[in-house]
Amino acid sequence: MKIGFNQINKHFGEVHANADITLDVQSGMIFGILGENGAGKSTLMKILSGFIQPDSGEIVLDGKAVSIETPADAIKFGIGMLHQDPLDFPPMQVIDNFIVGQRGGLILSHKDVIKAFRELQSQFDFSLDPDAYVDTLTVGERQQLEILRLLWLGARVLILDEPTTGISIQQKEKLFAALKVLAGQRKTIIFVSHKLEDVEVLCDQVAILRKGYLVGQVDAPYDTDQLVEMMFGKQIVLKELESVAQDKVVFELQDLYIEQYPLAIENVNFSLRAGEVIGLAGMEGSGQDVVLRACTGLLRPVSGRVIVNGTDLTGKNYLEFMQNGVAFLPASRLEEGLVPGLTLAEHFTVTTEDKQQLFIDKAYFRQKSEQMIEEYHIIGRPETPVESLSGGNQQRAALSLLKDSLSIILLEHPTRGLDIESTIYMWDKLKERCKLGTSIFFISGDLDEILRYSDRILVFFSGRVSPPLDSATVSLEQLGQLIGGKGWAKEFGDEETYEASTNP
Amino acid sequence: MKQARTRSLSILFQLGGLILAFGFVTLILLSIDANPAEAFRLIWQGAVGNSTRIASVFVVWVPLVLVTCGVLVTFTAGLWNIGIEGQITLGAIFTTGVIRLFLDTPVHPVLVIVLSILAGMVGAAIWAVLAGLLKVFGGVNEIFGGLGLNFIATALNIGLIFGAWSRPGVASMSGTEPFPEAYWLPTFQNFRFSWYSIALTVVGLVVIYFLLQGTHFGLRLKAVGKGIKSAFRLGIPTWQHMLLSFLICGLFAGLAGALQVVAVYHRLIPAISSGYGFMGLMIGMLINYQAIWVAPIALFFAALNIGGIQLPIVMKLDSTLTGVLQGSLVLFILLMQGVKQRVLGNK
Repeated sequence: MKIGFNQINKHFGEVHANADITLDVQSGMIFGILGENGAGKSTLMKILSGFIQPDSGEIVLDGKAVSIETPADAIKFGIGMLHQDPLDFPPMQVIDNFIVGQRGGLILSHKDVIKAFRELQSQFDFSLDPDAYVDTLTVGERQQLEILRLLWLGARVLILDEPTTGISIQQKEKLFAALKVLAGQRKTIIFVSHKLEDVEVLCDQVAILRKGYLVGQVDAPYDTDQLVEMMFGKQIVLKELESVAQDKVVFELQDLYIEQYPLAIENVNFSLRAGEVIGLAGMEGSGQDVVLRACTGLLRPVSGRVIVNGTDLTGKNYLEFMQNGVAFLPASRLEEGLVPGLTLAEHFTVTTEDKQQLFIDKAYFRQKSEQMIEEYHIIGRPETPVESLSGGNQQRAALSLLKDSLSIILLEHPTRGLDIESTIYMWDKLKERCKLGTSIFFISGDLDEILRYSDRILVFFSGRVSPPLDSATVSLEQLGQLIGGKGWAKEFGDEETYEASTNP
Repeated sequence: MKQARTRSLSILFQLGGLILAFGFVTLILLSIDANPAEAFRLIWQGAVGNSTRIASVFVVWVPLVLVTCGVLVTFTAGLWNIGIEGQITLGAIFTTGVIRLFLDTPVHPVLVIVLSILAGMVGAAIWAVLAGLLKVFGGVNEIFGGLGLNFIATALNIGLIFGAWSRPGVASMSGTEPFPEAYWLPTFQNFRFSWYSIALTVVGLVVIYFLLQGTHFGLRLKAVGKGIKSAFRLGIPTWQHMLLSFLICGLFAGLAGALQVVAVYHRLIPAISSGYGFMGLMIGMLINYQAIWVAPIALFFAALNIGGIQLPIVMKLDSTLTGVLQGSLVLFILLMQGVKQRVLGNK
């Protein structure tokens, strides 16, 4: 199906999220939409899939202007959207998820549906078990299920919003192969991403959005520098990073044993040195978040010890960890990170330790927040409620709220959903702190990020923790294998317990 | 400029709610063949018709304001202190208990009154903290805990009135034996109205206003109320703040209960809380938890309460009609807030 966007405009308050976007997508091609965060990609796709309505402009399908008012309308027109977080029903079986959303009162025989399901998935070399429960699937598998479901509903256009976040390299390859098969069947694929490397290998044509405007359209093969310049309006150069780790041990895990259903993580032994950056790699739900939370007092280990700067903090709560220089930045920014409904200035007031007299010195904190807003390049004002900041700005705000002298910062997906510029900025700020002796422990689903910023890496696979790997000697492929559970015996022998020394 | 527009729109929606509520009550009146204009006139006359009536309005205003101030603190911490009724009752019980203790002693009555009011505040605070402890350590939602404690408080109150503290000879619904006049809070001329109550209430209002608007403690409470997980992660001891908010709310509820005893009834009566606790929760919701609006809206509710007394006398209507008006006011104004969000949110 041929899709036309005709002068689409959409405002959110004062933000012009889509400005006069006119774009044609031919059928049978993989069309990339590239842009940094807040460029307007998701808005445009939500308009196409009926989640929101444009202020003006129209969508033209095969030469006919249509009005798409709900996601159900979109599916009727053959447009299916795959969301960043799969919108499925985790406690249900794969096959039931597959049937959900089916129209009509026709009672299908379960057997026939399973047969159809198997036939459909064999086209793409997927191997989902129809009887498995969705909550046992990985993000990548849930994505595969969602693609099959949309095709089964008759989708002729598939929109994928940042689909390569949180899935393994193998799954990514499988996904790309499947998308190419679909394009060969004359289906239209719209691939939304801020990852240049994905767009470059996959897309036949790419449109670049910046700050709500369509900057241009480019055909494959691409010139990376040109794409970057179109995305950001300027060249971005990645700096070489060097380790600033010192010898002093600031944090130790001894024989840690943690249970968090369905995982049991045993025998974690690890020492973190001042200024060191440790990346925790693994598929989502492999245990890295559990270990991270046990390191902050948010989760109580069954046995073993957590030692911060020589003080045994095992069994203490998070507030005591904080007093000992530990800070935690969770992935869910508005649930655990920032308080929705409070302004930036109020956040600084709550977290600052000076000026703690009875009454709030509002002028002082206003000035302080203005200073932090400037220092951390937060796009917002002291009186802006945090929930109205964009994701990248929320993350900067969360970072700016951390105390100055910290010995360890633990981060969950510090740059998830951020564009390259914000990511680079975030790490610059973190690395500045490393130079002052702060250590960093972080989880990321992005293996490139793990390899690039870590001094050492811990790999997680269904509750197993690897000994620390030196990031200088590990390749992306190796890491990809390990998080998928392959090559453990070869890499680490058959030992079940791992002893990590201070000096790898 | 944009903000000013939003604000005036917001007032427009509130007014819409007000009109709808009056319209709703008018429909009810019409459906029972009563003259709505006459009923509203009676309510107005009943509230401001003469100085006694105006004084009575202020007698109701005092506990309403105090209770609303209290629940604003728990609302700020994100808690529904349904147990407020029981807390008022416990305040009244403690106050009565202390006065009874000192009745036939040489201790100066003024000192007894002061002590009894403080005791009432402490008693109610204990009852409130109990609901808080159930919530924090027992995992009992404060709504259920509070409801349970309300029943216990009522039972305790009735038990005392008909049992240990019953009038010699005749235990009755009219309450315990009235205290000698020396133990009454002095009233203004021969109205039921006491300047001391008004003064304490105004002090309470000011304290709450500044506590919630201007202090670090108030801001931390707000953070706990708006996002408890984030607040904890930002370093705020959350359960301690929740318990403190219960404690403060209890102190206010206790003061309200104590004043009902020493300034209004001069004894313990079965319905000592008079539903002011629930009304305080309604006012809190109605004013969207803004302390600045407590005094005027509580005055309006108090006027409706007193004005409604005329309805059964003159028109043979039940005085609960004003309760219907109060309830529908809250419902319609909340409804209009929802409508406003839909209208403004979709833009």
